[in-house]
Amino acid sequence: MSKKDKVFTVKVRRDFCKGCGLCIEFCQKEVLGASAKLNSMGYNPAEPVKPEACVGCMICTQVCPDLAIEVYSG
Amino acid sequence: MDKVFTSGNHCIAESAIRAGCRCYFGYPITPQNELGEYMAANMRKAGGVFLQSESETAAINMVIGAASTGTRVMTSSSSPGVSLKQEGLSFLAGFEFPAVIVNMMRGGPGLGNIAPAQGDYFQSTRGGGHGDYRTPVLAPASVQELADLTVKAFALADEYRTPILLLGDGMMGQMKEPVVFPEPITDLPEKPWALKGRGDGASRYQASLILDGLEMERHNWKLVRKYKEMAEKETLYELYMMDDADFVVVAYGTTARIAKGAIKRARKEGLKVGMVRPITLFPFPDKILQKVARQVKNFLVFEMSTGQMVEDVKLALDGLQTELSFHGRPGGVIPTPIEFSRVIHRYYRRM
Amino acid sequence: MELVNKWPKYYKQDVVTHYCPGCGHGIVHRIVAELLEEMDLGKQAYLVCPAGCAVLAYRYLDFDIIESAHGRGTAIATGAKRANPKLFVISYQGDGDLSAIGTAETIHSANRGENICVVFINNAVYGMTGGQMAPTSLIGQNTMTTPTGRNPEVDGYPLHITDVVAQFPGVTYAERVSVGTPAGIRKTKKAIRNAFQTQVDGLGYSIVEVLSPCPTNWKMDPVTSCKWIEEEMVKEYKPGLLTDKREERRKEKG
Repeated sequence: MSKKDKVFTVKVRRDFCKGCGLCIEFCQKEVLGASAKLNSMGYNPAEPVKPEACVGCMICTQVCPDLAIEVYSG
Repeated sequence: MDKVFTSGNHCIAESAIRAGCRCYFGYPITPQNELGEYMAANMRKAGGVFLQSESETAAINMVIGAASTGTRVMTSSSSPGVSLKQEGLSFLAGFEFPAVIVNMMRGGPGLGNIAPAQGDYFQSTRGGGHGDYRTPVLAPASVQELADLTVKAFALADEYRTPILLLGDGMMGQMKEPVVFPEPITDLPEKPWALKGRGDGASRYQASLILDGLEMERHNWKLVRKYKEMAEKETLYELYMMDDADFVVVAYGTTARIAKGAIKRARKEGLKVGMVRPITLFPFPDKILQKVARQVKNFLVFEMSTGQMVEDVKLALDGLQTELSFHGRPGGVIPTPIEFSRVIHRYYRRM
Repeated sequence: MELVNKWPKYYKQDVVTHYCPGCGHGIVHRIVAELLEEMDLGKQAYLVCPAGCAVLAYRYLDFDIIESAHGRGTAIATGAKRANPKLFVISYQGDGDLSAIGTAETIHSANRGENICVVFINNAVYGMTGGQMAPTSLIGQNTMTTPTGRNPEVDGYPLHITDVVAQFPGVTYAERVSVGTPAGIRKTKKAIRNAFQTQVDGLGYSIVEVLSPCPTNWKMDPVTSCKWIEEEMVKEYKPGLLTDKREERRKEKG
C-alpha cells in the first residue's frame, strides 16, 4: 500500500492543547478547527473538523509546541 | 616521604592534585598566581584539566559544571576575584555541590592592594553570595597546614556536599617552608548524585530554583542541619600555651603566627599569655572559647582587619563575664611580633 | 491503526509544559528530544538549561539536566564537558541569557572551540521577566522597557551574536533558523542535527540560533507571531548557514 492509499486519522489530545491555533493555520487541507468547548486548562483546543481530508503530512505535529496531536495510519 | 621546600601557593596546587582534584579553573590575580601557574604546569600531566578562564565568574561556573559530574574541582583567587565568584558560591551551596575555593586575601576594599590582609572574614564566613547559606572556611597558618587542610577541604566538600573555602592571605601564599606532602589519594568516594548521563537508568536533574516557598524553606533548614553537624564534628582549633594562661589571644592564619612570636616574648617577661587559634572559621570554635572563659576572663582578638572575627568571639562569649579587646592592622599592613607583644603588655597590665 | 508520531523517548510522558500557547520552546524541546533518540545520544546527554523561561526544562526533558545561573550556561557546559568528555553536552539558552549577561561566556567558550552544542532561542525579548528589551530586540520594537519602540540612539542596536561567533576559528558550525513555518521547523531540526553530529565527531563548537515566537510578550496571537518572525525578524536576522568548518576540522584532525 503506497502512502497515497493510506488512511490517516488525526486526534487532538484535548487536555494537552493550549489552543494556540498553529496546527489550524498550517494544515493545508483544513482538517483542523477550534473547538467551541473549553478544555480542562480553559483553552479552546483544536479538533478535527474535516478528518477525512488528512493526508498524513505531519505538519500539525511538527508545529504543535505541546505534543498534543496524534496521527494514526491505517 | 621527604620534606620539600615550597611556597604556599605551590603547596596548595600540589596537595590538590594529590587529593584527587582533576579540574582546575582560574583567572590570574596577585597574590595567588603561582597556584594557577603550578596547575598549568602539572595538572595536565596528572591527567586532569587546567583551564585559564575569561573571568572569575566563568571560572566558578566551570567549577559548577565539573562538580556536577562528580569530579574533584578547585578554583583559586584573591579578594576582588573572590567577590566575582560569589554568584557561583551561592549556586554551589544551593546545588549542594562539593568544590574547593581558595582565597589568598589582599588589602581592600576595591582593588585595594596586593599585600596580605584579613578583610574578607565576613564575606568568607557569612556565605558571601546571596541567599541563606554559609561556606565552611579553613584557615591554615603554615605551609604544612596548607597541604593538610587542602586534602581535608576536598574530603569535607565531598562528605558534606558543600563548597569549602580555604582562606589564606598574600603572605600564606608567598612564603616558603618545608612541607611533607600527603600521599596521593586514588580511592575517591562514590557520588551517586552526580550527573553522568542517565544511561539505562532514570534521568536526573540538578536545580537551584525552588519556586515553592515551603520547599525552599525545607532546603534552607537542611543546609543548616548540615552546618550544625559540621560544627559538632569538624570544628578545628589550636591551643597555644594555654595550660596556665590568664590572658588569651584569639587570632587565625598569618596573625596567629605573628601572635605566637609576640606570646613567646611576653612569656619571657613573665606574662601568662596563651592563644586560641581557630582553624575552622566557619564553623567557629565557640565551644572552646566558652570553656576557656570559665578560667580566663581577658581576651584579645588580633586581626589584619578593622575587626571582623572579633564579632564571632563576642557572640561566643555572650553572657559570660569576660573582658574583650581588639587590635587590628587592616589594609595590607603586617604587624611585627614586637608591635603585638607591646599591645599584649598594654592590655595585660590593665587586667 | 498505528500511531505515526510516537511520544519521544527523551520527553517525559504526558507532561504539559508551563510555556504560553504558541511558545517556540515547546517545538525546540521536542526537536532536541527527538534528535537525542534518533541519534542515540540520550543516555550520555547533559543539558544546561538557562535562567529564563526554559529554566524548568528538566520537568519535560527526560535526560540529565542542570540549571545555570543567568548567562553562565557555556561556562557550566565547559566545566562538565572538560571534566567528563563522554557526556554529550548541550547549552540551551535564550537571547538575554546568551547575548547580554552571558556575552563573555558565549564569546570565550566559542573562541576556545569547546566541543559543545549551543541551542540559542532568539525571541527578541526577555520572556520570563515580562517582556523587557533584549539585546536582540528589533529597532522600533515595543517592549516593557522600550515603550515607544527601541531607539538605537539611546537603546543601541540589535546584537547579532551568532554572526559574531561564527567568525571565530573555534566555531565549527553556526546556523540561524526559524520555527515560524513548518519548513523552518524542519530546517531547525536539520541544523540542530548537524550541530549535534559536530560534537559527536569531536569537531568543536556548534551553535544554532532559532528565531522563536513569544506571543505573550509580543502581545500578538501565536499565528500573527509566526508571521512577524517571517516578515519582520528575518529582515534583521537572516536565516541561513553562518559557518560550516566541519570538513576543515576533519582534515586538521586527519
